[in-house]
Amino acid sequence: MKKHALSTRLWHWVNAAAIIVLFMTGLNISNAHRYLYWGDYGFDPKDAWLSVIKFPGWATIPQHYNLALARDWHTTAAWPFGVGLLFIWVAMLVNGHFRRDLTTTPRDWTPGAVIASVKAHSGDGAAHGYNPVQRILYGMVFGVLLPLMLFTGLAISPGFQAAAPWLLDVLGGRQSARSLHFIAAWGIFGFFVIHIVLALIDWRLILEMFTGGKRADAAAPPAPPEPDTMPPEDGAPAHG
Amino acid sequence: MVDLPRRSLLAGIAAMGAAACSKINESETAKSLFKAAEDGHRITHRALAGKQGLAPEYSRAERSPTFRGNGSVTVADPFYQEQLTKGFPEWKLEVRGLVEKPLALTLAEVRALPQRTQITRHDCVEGWSAIGEWQGPQLAALLDAAKVKEGANFIVFRCADVLYGRDYYESIDMVDAYHPQTIIAHTLNGEPLPEKNGAPLRMRIERQLGYKQAKYVKAIEAVKSFDDIGQGKGGFWEDVAGYQWYAGV
Repeated sequence: MKKHALSTRLWHWVNAAAIIVLFMTGLNISNAHRYLYWGDYGFDPKDAWLSVIKFPGWATIPQHYNLALARDWHTTAAWPFGVGLLFIWVAMLVNGHFRRDLTTTPRDWTPGAVIASVKAHSGDGAAHGYNPVQRILYGMVFGVLLPLMLFTGLAISPGFQAAAPWLLDVLGGRQSARSLHFIAAWGIFGFFVIHIVLALIDWRLILEMFTGGKRADAAAPPAPPEPDTMPPEDGAPAHG
Repeated sequence: MVDLPRRSLLAGIAAMGAAACSKINESETAKSLFKAAEDGHRITHRALAGKQGLAPEYSRAERSPTFRGNGSVTVADPFYQEQLTKGFPEWKLEVRGLVEKPLALTLAEVRALPQRTQITRHDCVEGWSAIGEWQGPQLAALLDAAKVKEGANFIVFRCADVLYGRDYYESIDMVDAYHPQTIIAHTLNGEPLPEKNGAPLRMRIERQLGYKQAKYVKAIEAVKSFDDIGQGKGGFWEDVAGYQWYAGV
């Protein structure tokens, strides 16, 4: 059994490329009007809740201010990002990756569980499966940040609003959606930095995202039944 | 310093990246990819919203306190300036091109047509938004009165403003031309349009970005294709800066 399913690996690299393009073109687009507002409208810098810095050329695609080209790249990369997100969610639900690795119990959110996961992670790498911190972090990325990015992006498109006017209402108006798009982008950037740093500490992890790797628990001696194969506590009485 | 080679290596990689990017940007592959993505957005939007799907409309209380003017905010043409001071008594809106009955309407005639009033949001390509109340006849009514001929695929708006030495123009397809919220506005928030917002007449195409909302409109032209107009990309900003023709994203 592979550690990473083919669907996960394919999505991972396509999405990585899409996200880099989206983020760097997004910084170029941000330079066009460097003020963020809450609500439906906003055009006067004195109404802004945040005045954004001018992002330097080295951080943007293209490397000079060009709104047209940045938008071309942005709205093109939005396709693999958006379709890919739908794809990986379906794949994770079908192959059990979501249920196995990304769901949490209330206990996972306690300080004790967090400390234990950090300790296990900094050890000799004997830990297998996803620890509570990973479950929470990846769950936030898949469940909150990536979908928020997609839905805020759709909501700020004037051509899409006719299809889903409720989306703007949910997000609190067009300028709110634009602000959330910006905030979620930096949230993903934060995850990206942590993700890269941790992967570089053990470069085999990067290799495994190409080859698929081997799942540690698959090679383990006869294992006790996994918690998720147990009947639910409030369900039918135990065997026989 | 150990740091130097690494730095120059990084700078080298960055420069290679930049050079590769500018090559990619100009390649035919990239252009066709961008075009496919743009078409994909347009087709998806219309499939989901329907051709007649409406952009959100707002209440009077939700309007922005003012309505920003952007791009051209004044028109240099002496005839325009003379008309502006007098309230445009001799201004004519032409409907021409592939039509059976070309029209030339005065502002009074435009105001006498059945009117639509809508409070909508204007989204600039740069990112800001303003909300205002617009009033004017639907473009569909004018096109029906002029009897658009078979073979007309686009409606081009000819404007009185000149930017960077070029006449402003824009174009939309027949889906947006016959959309109920596509109006020729003469009124903003109950007052005749101010000069900065496109007096005496401007377009409202509510499912697209600000650069489609042609101001100072002189003529509405039905055409088969816009290949021979301007630089052939369908609008002033499309020609000058390479903005997408479909401004729905």
